[in-house]
Amino acid sequence: MIGAGIVGNCLVGHLARMGWTDMVLLDKGPLPNPGGSTGHASNFIFPTDHNKEMAFLTVDSQNQYIAAGLNNTCGGIEVAREPQRMEEFKRRMTSAKAWGIDARLVTPAEIKELVPFINEEILLGGYYTPSVSVVDSLATGTLMRDEAVAKGVLSVFANTEVMNLLTEPAPGGPRIKAVVTDRGTIEAEHVVVACGVWSPRIAKMAGANIPLTPAVHQMADVGPIDILQQSGKELAYPIIRDMDTFCYERQSSGSMEVGSYAHRPILMRPDDIPSIQASALTPTELPLTYDDFDPQMEQAIELMEMLGDAEIRYAINGLLSLTPDANPVLGETPEVRNLWSAAAVWVKEGPGIAQLVAEWMTYGYPHMCDPHGSDISRFYPHEKTEWHINARCNEHFNKTYGIVHPREQWASQRGMRRSPFYAREEALGATFFDARGWERPQWYSSNEQLFAKFPQAATPRTHEWDARWWNPVTNAEHLQMRESVGVVDLTAFNEFDFEGPGALDFLNYMCVNQVNVPVGRSVYTPLLTPHGGFRGDLTIQRLGEQHFRVITGAFDGGRDHYWFNKYLPTDGSVTFTDRSQGICTVGVWGPNAAATMAKITTDDTTVPFDLSQAGFPYGAVRDVLIDGVPCTMFRISYVGENGWEIYTNMEHGLKVWDAIFAAGEEFEIIPVGIGVYAVTGRIEKGYRLMGAELESEYNPVEAGLARPKVKSADFMGKEAYLKARQEAENGAPAAIMCTLSMDSQQCADGYDRFPTGGNEPILTLDGERIIDAKGRVSRVTTAGAGPSVGKYLLLAYLPPQHAVVGTKLQVMYMNECYPVTVEVAGAQPLFDPTDARMKS
Amino acid sequence: MRVLVCVKRVPAPGAKINITADGQAVDTAYLAFTTSPHEECAVEAAVQLVEQHGGESTVLTLGPAEADEQLRYAASIGVNKAVLLPIATADWDPQRTAAAITAAIRELEAAGGAFDIVLFGNESADSGNFQVGVRVAHALARPMVNGIKGIEVDGAAVRARRDSEAGVEVYALHLPVVLGVKEGINLPRYPTLKGRLASKKVAVEQAVPQGVAGGQQMVTLVQAAEQASTTVMLGNGPEAAPAVVDLLEELGILK
Repeated sequence: MIGAGIVGNCLVGHLARMGWTDMVLLDKGPLPNPGGSTGHASNFIFPTDHNKEMAFLTVDSQNQYIAAGLNNTCGGIEVAREPQRMEEFKRRMTSAKAWGIDARLVTPAEIKELVPFINEEILLGGYYTPSVSVVDSLATGTLMRDEAVAKGVLSVFANTEVMNLLTEPAPGGPRIKAVVTDRGTIEAEHVVVACGVWSPRIAKMAGANIPLTPAVHQMADVGPIDILQQSGKELAYPIIRDMDTFCYERQSSGSMEVGSYAHRPILMRPDDIPSIQASALTPTELPLTYDDFDPQMEQAIELMEMLGDAEIRYAINGLLSLTPDANPVLGETPEVRNLWSAAAVWVKEGPGIAQLVAEWMTYGYPHMCDPHGSDISRFYPHEKTEWHINARCNEHFNKTYGIVHPREQWASQRGMRRSPFYAREEALGATFFDARGWERPQWYSSNEQLFAKFPQAATPRTHEWDARWWNPVTNAEHLQMRESVGVVDLTAFNEFDFEGPGALDFLNYMCVNQVNVPVGRSVYTPLLTPHGGFRGDLTIQRLGEQHFRVITGAFDGGRDHYWFNKYLPTDGSVTFTDRSQGICTVGVWGPNAAATMAKITTDDTTVPFDLSQAGFPYGAVRDVLIDGVPCTMFRISYVGENGWEIYTNMEHGLKVWDAIFAAGEEFEIIPVGIGVYAVTGRIEKGYRLMGAELESEYNPVEAGLARPKVKSADFMGKEAYLKARQEAENGAPAAIMCTLSMDSQQCADGYDRFPTGGNEPILTLDGERIIDAKGRVSRVTTAGAGPSVGKYLLLAYLPPQHAVVGTKLQVMYMNECYPVTVEVAGAQPLFDPTDARMKS
Repeated sequence: MRVLVCVKRVPAPGAKINITADGQAVDTAYLAFTTSPHEECAVEAAVQLVEQHGGESTVLTLGPAEADEQLRYAASIGVNKAVLLPIATADWDPQRTAAAITAAIRELEAAGGAFDIVLFGNESADSGNFQVGVRVAHALARPMVNGIKGIEVDGAAVRARRDSEAGVEVYALHLPVVLGVKEGINLPRYPTLKGRLASKKVAVEQAVPQGVAGGQQMVTLVQAAEQASTTVMLGNGPEAAPAVVDLLEELGILK
């Protein structure tokens, strides 16, 4: 374990509890404060987070601090100066309800009662969380470390600098072997990099990449302040987060700590962080650059006039870790086996993440929650460059206290990956959304002409928040596709080829469903974690006896690539080729898809290809020519219409696109955006999405994706899967994925609202949270319009007593409750329940 | 009362100071800058003198453009005016520095009246030549005492106190005077937030420094040998207490 900050210390503690022995903890600095970010952290915890993973890990961490007796509860108030912040507080109330966090909205007068020295006249209101606390992260880390030492399983070496990491060649990539320090070399089967801002530099020694950047967070301790001194307490008043100025004020005995996320982003390189010797304080406490902090001082004085006369006693440019997407970087590095990253973790989530990583190392995957958003393997190569890290961190630093829409798009590093159809899409007025670098059309302004045909689709959304990053033209695209035919750019897909004599057995071990299908057929299958939760879901085409192609989505390509590579047989019986860079994909779907494609699809000659359901059934894969271009057609649908995914080499793509549009002209063929593909078309069919409905916390039985039979071959997670099936047979699964519709969307102000699908809690008619037998809360995993069913739909897991068609419940959105009805319990589609359209 | 305090921008102490490869400069990559500690006390003394006797204080420095930071720091704790004598290099030799400051003082006095007290730090924290204040006082033909740890002004009479090995020396002087202040004369205050913000609005006056190079030239900088320190365990737990007390007494902290 390299790094004795909050993460490294808690990790050795948790690993010791899980039975690990013979551990060594190193740090180049002294103990208990080796000089990393933990040592100067402000140490407070505001538990509310819209992100489920981070909310869970934060609350879990706070509980660990409580268990250690090192959690000082003082309450905290986020205050609003701007009207849109009051809207955000309603959203926070909703997330607090989902996660079971006690919180309430407070008026300026109530804020004044709690914090008598605040200038309530400039405030519109606040969001008060009584459980906000300040923790002692150094002492908690010390306790955890000491616990492992006391068990006799850990040796600790402070003042010991890592000079190099040694690897050894192994099948599937290098494996970590030893850590070279200035005091000698330590052989190690597993090495964890928990070095905070130094992590990239340490990982690089082994050839691995931990994409984060050290960044400045400015902080000043000002005092003495009479009213704080007179309180006689470390924390007598709630912590204030002045959200619209991106500042906080936190009592520290007789003085106030003022911190800011408002200044310009100040990024550093790990190699440029001073040594311990060259640091006046510690390496992560750099001198404050006052010019950056002055505007915040003025705002702080405006909020608390007494701060003006307080002396600036301690002021730093404190270093912390930022990542390109603001999430931590956890898990085994894809580059080096048994080299783990536990980096970009803040004090508020440190102990929880330490436990999560310890579980990951011990059991092959975490048990406590899905690490989807933090998984180090999520990054594609272009996302791990310093250029990309800096661009994205420069963009999101000032959003730390910002109001970030769930559909919000990045402004920087766009246009990184473009399909061959890009120029056509741009000409059609595409609005592009980013899919891990890929530019994907979300909707097309060229389709606005369809509003004349589908006037019901044109209804705007009244509330700006609901309409943000959305366009009603999606509904029109949806209806035209369902009526005739539409084309979706799916080039962001990943294609992984597995070939060789061991390919079938390997894939059968990795996948739940039987991969041994005839050549030219396909299989949809979950991938499970060792404990039977979802690790992935994808389709596999059998292209030859010993040749299989995995098709998986843009958002999980990196994770899936890592997962397959990790378990790839070492005997050379399987080769793994990532073909994603060379293949582009379009989907052609709708009642006229077959008629369109029939005009241009031939066999190897000019003979029309048999596209009939009999000759080319659902799930089949065929090599064809489209307007003379070699393509692979795959009869499948994620939108519930007859049609194909069509794959060809990148260089052929544009010709195929043009041929399809020319052939479809008579059917009024249209380009269709991802707004239909990923939301409206999908939700009407109740199709599940990895990372939304499908997480390691749920299993295929609960998701409604269990097949009638289980193959005899062993596969990862089989034991747990069989157990889950047995539980369902003995009664019911603990939760069932359901499709719900909103009975009314009308808010108190008299207009309709449209939940975004951001973990809005499903509540009983009494307004109570719904928790299943495994302790999981029912919340919206996807929300979207169903233009063909005329309802606004929600997907959510419900316990069996509620997962009954017709059950009346409520959904909370922006702190208001709306009536909902369970439309479907299980996987049956709401639209076209028998899938007749896909097979006609 | 008109008080002038002269300061110098120096690397902040507390960390190992590295020297550039050519030995000609301090490596400033990780350094913060500050005012020499003796001069911080001189600034505090200037502010206190004006608080006690009324009048106006002025801070002056000869240094790079970045020394604006040190002038504003002085302003942030209460100095009224600031003057920068900008130079293109990090430092001038002491003769030249003294000549430039003397010339500047004459100009400031010609424009705004004589300074009753000109304060220096005992010596600068970086080059430590111990002579700029003395040279300025000599050039201005004013009495000068260095190592000052106490200043009392009563009308035109000044009593300046300094420690010596034999005890305490007290000097009686008549205004105008030049005094070299030593750390310990006071506990410099920190700037308040309001002080910091107010200091941004202070107009820093600039004057072209006048002075010809003196006889002292920097040849090269040499990194001092690292002082080896040894750790002596005084004991563990309560039984260590007597040894700790002995040590504190030996250090003169406990008496």
